[in-house]
Amino acid sequence: MTQFLDISGLCARIDADGQEKEILRGVDLSIPPGEVHAIMGPNGCGKSTLSYVLAGREDYEVTAGSVTFHGKDLLEMEPEERAAAGLFLAFQAPIELPGVNNANFLRTAVNAVRRARGQEELDAVAFLKTAREAAKALSMAPDMLKRNVNVGFSGGEKKRNEVLQMTLLQPSFAILDETDSGLDVDALRIVAEGVNRMRSPQFSALVITHHKRLLDYLKPDRIHVMAKGRIIHSGGPELAEQIDTEGYTRFLAEAA
Amino acid sequence: MNAVTKDTKATLQPFQPRLDAVKGLERTAALGALHRVGLPDRRVEEWKYTGLRFLAETPFAGPVRAYDATWAQAELQRLGVTAGVGAALARLVFVNGYYAPDLSVLPEGVSVAFFSKTGSFGPLACPDREALTALNTALAEDGAQISVPAGVDGGHVLLVSLGQAQAGAPISFHPRHSVHVAEGGKLRLTCIQGGQGRYLHNPVLEVSVAARAELNHLTIQSESDEAASLATLYAQIDERGAYNSFVLGVGAALARHEVHARLSAAHAQVHVNGAQRLRAKQHGDISSVITHAAPDCISRQTVRNVLDGQSRGVFQGKVLVERIAQKTDGYQMNQALLLSEHAEIDAKPELEIYADDVKCSHGATVGALDDDQMFYLRSRGVPEAEARQILIHAFLEEALDLIADETAHALSAHIMATRYPLSGEEA
Ligand SMILES: Nc1ncnc2c1ncn2[C@@H]1O[C@H](COP(=O)(O)OP(=O)(O)OP(=O)(O)O)[C@@H](O)[C@H]1O
Ligand SMILES: [Mg+2]
Repeated sequence: MTQFLDISGLCARIDADGQEKEILRGVDLSIPPGEVHAIMGPNGCGKSTLSYVLAGREDYEVTAGSVTFHGKDLLEMEPEERAAAGLFLAFQAPIELPGVNNANFLRTAVNAVRRARGQEELDAVAFLKTAREAAKALSMAPDMLKRNVNVGFSGGEKKRNEVLQMTLLQPSFAILDETDSGLDVDALRIVAEGVNRMRSPQFSALVITHHKRLLDYLKPDRIHVMAKGRIIHSGGPELAEQIDTEGYTRFLAEAA
Repeated sequence: MNAVTKDTKATLQPFQPRLDAVKGLERTAALGALHRVGLPDRRVEEWKYTGLRFLAETPFAGPVRAYDATWAQAELQRLGVTAGVGAALARLVFVNGYYAPDLSVLPEGVSVAFFSKTGSFGPLACPDREALTALNTALAEDGAQISVPAGVDGGHVLLVSLGQAQAGAPISFHPRHSVHVAEGGKLRLTCIQGGQGRYLHNPVLEVSVAARAELNHLTIQSESDEAASLATLYAQIDERGAYNSFVLGVGAALARHEVHARLSAAHAQVHVNGAQRLRAKQHGDISSVITHAAPDCISRQTVRNVLDGQSRGVFQGKVLVERIAQKTDGYQMNQALLLSEHAEIDAKPELEIYADDVKCSHGATVGALDDDQMFYLRSRGVPEAEARQILIHAFLEEALDLIADETAHALSAHIMATRYPLSGEEA
């Protein structure tokens, strides 16, 4: 128990066309405050599902286990309450919102979270100044704020927009689901720097990735290997190198 | 045949005292047509989805000229006519169908006459074909006759209708308006309709756009929640003329906005766009017949519906391309967002094409709010009710964006915000 984020025995399934499909089969994972952890694992092992369940997506039914966040029962909370409590998910596939202006969207989100946290709301001018600075730090073109949310954004632009939202919403715990995929080398560095700027004793992150490169920048405290809906191995940052050269075969064999 | 005659009598009963007093050539002819066919019931193809039975059941009295000025002024404020961007514009205000000079500001550079004085019916309306036009023709009290001289930009004019019925004393009024933009002229016209209590607003508007003239026309239907609003519009567009229309429907218990647009000479263009947002038991019908009667014309139609509660939206859109109308470019799209499982949309798009070299497309979609989009917004801390409002607003905005004029767009946004405040629960 870390008293920060504790996942214990978490099982979740989805109803896929009338068939119950078990995806998470007993996830145990604790992340202490101030640490960055990574999850690696084969395609389809349940990484995104774990991130959705933590963020509160209703399609998944939690059948067993518990999650506490800042000492509270996370699974009892609505998605917006989780965001207000400090949880943020950068989506593997960010959603397009046609007809919704990006700057308005960001301001609505920031102010909704500020309201819920008992902070004063930002007026349009103050917000725009903050947003422009944050976008610039991520090397985003200024017109990205004027466009509709993610509509017509390139893959890499969508990912940067996720990191921009994270920066503005000031979470205490961020899940980054393959935020590095689809990024060019420069963008990868910029995004990694964006995450590193947030590092503090009050900020933790769970980074889902297939690539060692991002981890080279982020220097995670722990790396977890996920397979078939469970964490089957945990270790230090050196695991990334090992997975990069050997793949998952050995971990899978050990777990079997 | 017998049954029809019976229906006819029954449905016209509330109007009978006034119909009995009808005089004059056009009115008598219209009355004859009305008596022949009666008000349409659902067996009439064009009225399959919208029933008028309530007309027979409501004892509508004729309107009186006197009105409550304090109420009217407050209503004009609320509708954004005398507040915000509307305040700077010329306006012709009608209360219960009669022109109210004290509430109006006459436009400059545009000539305005009144039906009550001229008594002249225009050439476009078809009382022998459309029963509601016949009813209007028989009973028309007053109306604005706006005309923009050749080559003149008439600016932006508001044509406002307020209805006010006392509790338990429903009234009906039947304004007869016309707008003519002469060669090379321009006009922006925004019709705003509001009111209180139970009334029937049954206007007919004739629009003629001459060669190379342009009319941008927005209708904001925000009638009283108890009202019936049954409007028929006839438009004719001459060579290289453009008639860009948009109807926004948010009010009335029962509304029908029926447009007959005729592209009568080459390279004319018409937009018959619209959006409606309904809730509770509201019924909103957007129907149109667009006739391509000349080659090289363009028609565009995008209509979006947001339906909540037990509301019902109707879209009937017919595009008729005559044999002569080669190189026609037509586009029609109706989309509906259903917010409740009890809401309903009936869509009947129709293409009738007699020319062989045309480009026409049409489509219709129906859907609910997108779960992924809802979750995305909520995961960013936006409460569920607010997230819904944002997505609904975005859906409608894709249609409302077609209102090119900024002032007109702001007027529609004002009405939307009054009816549906963006943050929090629906009012
Ligand atoms: N809505 C759904 N309907 C049916 N199956 C689903 C659904 N969501 C997830 N799954 C299945 O659950 C399993 C886990 O999916 P998940 O997206 O969590 O994998 P992942 O580890 O993130 O994979 P990747 O590395 O490819 O992103 C997959 O087999 C997937 O097909
Ligand atoms: Mg995934």
